[in-house]
Amino acid sequence: MGYILRRLVATLPVMAVVAIVVFLLIHLSPGDPAALIAGDLATEEDIRNLRETLGLNQPIWQQFMIWIGKLATGDLGTSIFTQVPVTTLLGQRIEPTLSIALVTMLITVVLAIPLGTLAAYRAGSLIDRLVMIFAVLAFSVPAFLVGYLLIYGFAIRLPWFPVQGYVGFSEGAGPWLRSIVLPCVNLALVYIALITRMTRATVLEVLHEDYIRTARAKGLGVLSVLLHALRNAAVPIATTVGMGIALLIGGVVVTETVFAIPGAGRLVVDSVQRHDYPVIQSVLLLSAGVYVIINLLIDLSYRLFDPRIQY
Amino acid sequence: MMKRRTLAALAAFGAFTLGTLSPQAMAQAPGKTLRMVAHADLKIIDPTFTTAYISRNFGYMVYDTLFSQDASGKPQPQMVEKYSQSDDHKQWTFTLRPGLKFSDDSAVTSADAIASLQRWTSRDSFGRAMVAGGVEWKAVDPRTFTMTLAQPFSMVLDALAKPSGYPAFVLPERLAKLPTTSPINESLGSGPFIFKRDEWVPGNKAVFVRNPQYVPRTEAPSGLAGSKASKFDRVEWLYLPDSNSSVAALQRGEVDYIESVPPDYIAPLRANKDIKVGSGGSFQAFLVLNHLHPPFNNIKARQAFQAAVNQEKFLAAMGYPPDMRMAYCHTFFICGSPNDTAAGSQAWAKPDLAKAKALLAESGYKGEKVVILVPTDITYHNGSALMAAQTLRSIGMNVDTQSMDWASVTARRAKKEAPSAGGWNVYVTVAGEFDANSPVTNAYLSPACGNSLPGWPCDKQLDELRTAWLQSANATERKQRLDAFQARAFEAVPYINAGQYSMAYAARTNIKGLDKLWGGMPLVWMLDK
Amino acid sequence: MMPSSAPSALKNAPPGDGTVFVPPRWRWARKHPTLILGAVLLLVVAFVALAAPWIATHDPQDIDPLARMQLPSSEHWFGTDALGRDVFSRTVWGGRVSLIVGISVASVSALLGVVLGLLAGFVRRLDGIVMRIMDGLMAIPGILLAIALMAVIRASLTTVIVAIIVPEVPRVVRLVRSLALTLREQLFVEAAHAVGTRLPTILLRHVLPNMVAPLVVQATFIAASAVLLEAALSFLGVGVPPTTPSWGNMMAEGRNFVAVAFHIILYPGVLLAVTVLAINLLGDGLRDALDPRLARQL
Repeated sequence: MGYILRRLVATLPVMAVVAIVVFLLIHLSPGDPAALIAGDLATEEDIRNLRETLGLNQPIWQQFMIWIGKLATGDLGTSIFTQVPVTTLLGQRIEPTLSIALVTMLITVVLAIPLGTLAAYRAGSLIDRLVMIFAVLAFSVPAFLVGYLLIYGFAIRLPWFPVQGYVGFSEGAGPWLRSIVLPCVNLALVYIALITRMTRATVLEVLHEDYIRTARAKGLGVLSVLLHALRNAAVPIATTVGMGIALLIGGVVVTETVFAIPGAGRLVVDSVQRHDYPVIQSVLLLSAGVYVIINLLIDLSYRLFDPRIQY
Repeated sequence: MMKRRTLAALAAFGAFTLGTLSPQAMAQAPGKTLRMVAHADLKIIDPTFTTAYISRNFGYMVYDTLFSQDASGKPQPQMVEKYSQSDDHKQWTFTLRPGLKFSDDSAVTSADAIASLQRWTSRDSFGRAMVAGGVEWKAVDPRTFTMTLAQPFSMVLDALAKPSGYPAFVLPERLAKLPTTSPINESLGSGPFIFKRDEWVPGNKAVFVRNPQYVPRTEAPSGLAGSKASKFDRVEWLYLPDSNSSVAALQRGEVDYIESVPPDYIAPLRANKDIKVGSGGSFQAFLVLNHLHPPFNNIKARQAFQAAVNQEKFLAAMGYPPDMRMAYCHTFFICGSPNDTAAGSQAWAKPDLAKAKALLAESGYKGEKVVILVPTDITYHNGSALMAAQTLRSIGMNVDTQSMDWASVTARRAKKEAPSAGGWNVYVTVAGEFDANSPVTNAYLSPACGNSLPGWPCDKQLDELRTAWLQSANATERKQRLDAFQARAFEAVPYINAGQYSMAYAARTNIKGLDKLWGGMPLVWMLDK
Repeated sequence: MMPSSAPSALKNAPPGDGTVFVPPRWRWARKHPTLILGAVLLLVVAFVALAAPWIATHDPQDIDPLARMQLPSSEHWFGTDALGRDVFSRTVWGGRVSLIVGISVASVSALLGVVLGLLAGFVRRLDGIVMRIMDGLMAIPGILLAIALMAVIRASLTTVIVAIIVPEVPRVVRLVRSLALTLREQLFVEAAHAVGTRLPTILLRHVLPNMVAPLVVQATFIAASAVLLEAALSFLGVGVPPTTPSWGNMMAEGRNFVAVAFHIILYPGVLLAVTVLAINLLGDGLRDALDPRLARQL
């Protein structure tokens, strides 16, 4: 319990650094949001008034303190552009992003861990080589090229899946799944490559350890040996899955753009072009928060995988 | 069909029930829905705050106007039942139609109309011309109000029926009285639709439902005039920035109508028998010059640029195929519009590099850097700006292209500093016909000296000619003064017309009423399916 | 960078039987085929990029709107883009951007990472603060951080490189620090310390040489990731100025025409994939050749 508390406290400085970086970064921007909002024919006076209304004239540190104070109460601010609260904007955008991220995770874990284990078990075989070739290719081919190839092949040439857009889960599981199949496949490729390589490497290492050799010598079945090995490889694999969250969130940004999915990733790209500070800040902050929390949970769950670890 | 879809689903996942995969389950909300791809993302829901076309179109969905242009360009009463004017055109009386209501069930009154008109006159170029004419409004009773002008102003109805820029929308008094320093953040109108704010996903879609309180006129719809009673219960504006996506969505019937087709997809869509492609409104490409700094503070340098412009190449670079673009358009006021005139254009009709170089030499150009702002996120602006760069290079100018997104262009162009100190020399934009077709509605020809328009053009002669045009007593005189104004504009070059093109819309063939669309606006009450 | 296993088939393959005579050079090459393949591919790409002015058939910037979106022909080997520019010439020139980004991000990140990592590893007072900042930077997904940075600074090749370096540096710092913590306890370092050698000297003479192998491998993977990230940024419209022909820019310009002119994005896309593949293969090969034990760390 004490450990959990200590780990929780340890995330605070990380989040503080994130908050400072995110805030400073955005406030050095040269684009003037007031001029953008005021539009084509605004007078200089219009723009000056608007800047005042939006609080863009205050000193930076004052804006920072106000921002932090509001964050503490769960107020992420209001989009400069649409005048809609950021929490509302994110609320609208979170379902597609979560759907894609979770389904991608699911596909990845279901495919990558068995694949990596198999490759390790049959190290040097054709399967192993194919797996490794796939992995290096998936790391090298840009995701957006793969995305457009998928669209071209499975949405335009063979009209199996929608070209673009997202269908909410509330409109039925079938349509929902159809709308996210291609984005998930697109996103999963890199992630599968990452987890497969890691699984293969750790399992390979474990397989060379004495107790496994002993178990094998004693004539234990292949499956039990592998399960045994996997159990011991679980901690590094889980760590990789956690670190990969950053990769996954980053990938979502590109994938949502390619497939025109109205998720949080596209929100941030759109917002950058409009210099919509509150939205960019919130998305960066939240994605960092998700990353930190998931890695914290994984950290804490090590004991589950490996009772030898003592805190 | 069902079989293939089933196979696909099976191949991908194993088992899923057939019924849930039917397209009907995917798309339809209750009632009759029109799903259209809008030309831009709706960001600001206050059409009195920005001239962005998407916000203007929003205005026509939710709000109504006192007068509206019909398809022949004539002002017709819209919310107004009857009106009268004195013989000297200085005294006007307007009476609202009975029973008009905002969507919250409150009645539309003279007070609402007057507050809205006051808001409008503080922002619009026509409105300001009326203020200069000493306009005053007064409520007589809840449905009647008067307007008094100190000087005669013959274009009152044209102003009130102004279709674009800032149309004179009628808001509830409470909203109309809000400060104009920031956009109004709610919408409450008496127009044909109600905006579903709870379903608005900025960057993706905006949803409207039919306004049960809307009281249509009895006349058939024509242009922006007549009945705007919708045949659809629900209209969804989707924003799909990726051209492939929007076109494929139309081809597959996921959407009914694309307001503005990316030019390169016109040909493939025309080849599709389920889709009708039509021409929706005339637009002109503008090259805007900074008049404050060298080289284009010199009239000869501006003329040099104008002489070098090949309109056809600009339009091709913007992506418009030959049958959607004009080889040459000789007027600032839209070829084919009532104000179409060739006055003053003769000397500039053919791109002439030798003449351009001669003019540039006369201007005393000393090789100063010319900063061109190149927008990256809007394909046609990008093509046009790069063409401008190439054109200036071809006459020996020292060009510095600076790339940025359109939003940054709009911020940057407001800066009066020297180009080397964060200012600029050239940027590009486009305007629809209603924002180009007269000396007052044309955003880049209407402001007088001392204006805050990016580029800060100032020509005393143009100012005099504009005022004279506004005060013309009759049509003949107005035409003569318009010709004189344009002839001077070609000499002074406040900005350069880089050519005229038509926007293309596309729709599924089951959509009816497309032929009645007018002015390049998505007047969805004209449509049915 | 991304963790990855390496030792593909070779590590576990049975040792070669010594009966057939193989010249030593060939044996080395056969032992590290990925390294050779990667290096050769990369040399080809580098040659094309360096020789761009002589290889390109057209001015990559020259626009010709009346000859736009043409399919590949003998005049335009890779066709023309939406403004009638020659795709082949732009692709060839675009290689320069990717190479410059890859090399400069890798070397500057490695340099900064070494400095910060050694500070954290050897100066106890600084360890906490440096690592907290690195943790904070790593918590923001790299591409998001780079996008946000590009919103702040004016787009140019240099600023893109900076925006990519910021999220890459923490990875190097972590590696260097963990290596430093191990080395610090090593006998030869402690001994040098005991005889009064000054810290900078110890670092230069005893610590750094022991980090070269993992650093080189790490830098290679960073180069690959940087090239991809630059392309992704440009693709999203926040990368190098679009007037610069780069593969990401070309794909960004072509993405709206995928269904009518796939060739505009195909050629730069394939070249990009080949280049990143070459760097990745080189990295895998280097790791195997220099130190197979690195497989777990990198």
